[in-house]
Amino acid sequence: MSDTRNPVPKIMVRGLRKSFGPKRVLDGLDLDVAAGESMVVIGGSGTGKSVMLKCILGLIEPDGGSIKIDGQEVTNLSATEREHMMRKFGMLFQGGALFDSLPVWENVAFGLIMGHGMRRAEAKNVALQKLAAVGLGADVAELMPAELSGGMQKRVALARAIAAEPEIIFFDEPTTGLDPIMADVINELIVKCVKELGATAISITHDMVSTRKIADRVAMIYDGKIIWNGPKSQIDNSGNPYVDQFIHGRATGPIKMQVRAY
Amino acid sequence: MNIQHFLASIGRAFLDFLAATGRIVVFALLALYYGVRPPYYPRLLLRQMVDIGYYSLPVVGLTAIFTGMVLALQTYTGFSRFAAENAIANVVVLSVTRELGPVIAGLMVAGRIGAAIAAEIGTMRVTDQIDALTTLSTNPYRYLVVPRLIAGLAMLPVLVFIADVIGVFGGFLVSTYKLGFNPASYIQRSVDFLQTQDVVAGLVKAAVFGFIVTLMGCYNGYHSRGGAQGVGAATTYAVVSASILILVFDYVLTEAFFAR
Repeated sequence: MSDTRNPVPKIMVRGLRKSFGPKRVLDGLDLDVAAGESMVVIGGSGTGKSVMLKCILGLIEPDGGSIKIDGQEVTNLSATEREHMMRKFGMLFQGGALFDSLPVWENVAFGLIMGHGMRRAEAKNVALQKLAAVGLGADVAELMPAELSGGMQKRVALARAIAAEPEIIFFDEPTTGLDPIMADVINELIVKCVKELGATAISITHDMVSTRKIADRVAMIYDGKIIWNGPKSQIDNSGNPYVDQFIHGRATGPIKMQVRAY
Repeated sequence: MNIQHFLASIGRAFLDFLAATGRIVVFALLALYYGVRPPYYPRLLLRQMVDIGYYSLPVVGLTAIFTGMVLALQTYTGFSRFAAENAIANVVVLSVTRELGPVIAGLMVAGRIGAAIAAEIGTMRVTDQIDALTTLSTNPYRYLVVPRLIAGLAMLPVLVFIADVIGVFGGFLVSTYKLGFNPASYIQRSVDFLQTQDVVAGLVKAAVFGFIVTLMGCYNGYHSRGGAQGVGAATTYAVVSASILILVFDYVLTEAFFAR
């Protein structure tokens, strides 16, 4: 893990620990993500990927360790400071997490209206632009989320995540549950959106096709720690048996399958 | 050894009960804390008020009219044995305003609104929509909980006032058309006997019940876990706990208002 990059990483995680009851999910996790970099964290189910993202977002309070955004410690923020800090973030949830009581355009405009205090008419215009950016027309804008297919919902969720032009975007398993073609569409959109915004991105996934497409760097999480971290080009000759087993999807190797989620 | 196990299980249940009470109080205080600070969401509040107040009218109105009618009938069969039929008007108007209006409306709203709130917020919890709110710089207490609590607190007294009128009218219908009372003297007796305090006490009860119903709905929904089954359990808890608390607080408030 030699780091000769930008002196102040956009996101710096040190010694992050989190347990649920007796189960230790994160056990001293370290991760640096430089500004403008797309980091993909790979790992099996139940290895703590989602918990890591939720800790960084402040949705889960970690038991210990440090998280710095732009050099500022965020684990001890007050509720108001946290709300302010959230304006830097966009998040694409695994299931989309669209608000099913609101039409598509209001979902996309939600952060602009609620978080940034934009007027509704203006926010709707921005929402329509963002929907266009993910390949959805104005006719979709008036539909309710339940009327959309899974792939369409993911696109809307992506448009919502980028609507407020965040500095940092998290993608939680962006391609899970999609057919290969739609998965590729989402991957392309992620690459395009992140590049256009110049945003810093962390994606968590176990989809290696997706990883190869959207990553600048790849980190592998196992047993609550980052056990390997390097540029995408080195992933095939990492020299790490855990990474090798994972990227080739072998049932036998050093990784033992977890039974329980946590 | 066995008796020790038995005592331990009672103690554990009691501790769980205290812990749950504490969590609910903390939840309510947090809602209050966020509720008094901007931003406010008047549009959401209005929608909840329409949902809780306006759309509950048919259910509450129907239960109220039949309650008043049954009350008049039962009072008649009981009181006529003592030649005290004339007390029907008094019994109906007092029972409905002090007791039955608030309790029946509270229980109906617990079933209608408490369940809906728990199911909606619970589904939002298990599908990450509440986390999504947070990531979009929106406080879930302020956005989801506060409008519902205020709407419950404000709309239940309105509903109960209407239920009072309809309930008393139900009693009036049965008394005049079926039992042959003189309409004018029935109304006269009702109005003469009723004091402002009776109605006010009933409306205060209604406000408390409205708060209980929405609080139980929000709390149980907000803390639901584990998919569809969890949401179902949250809905059940919301209705059952709200119904029990309504009856408990009904006694406590009656004691406070009327016991001398």
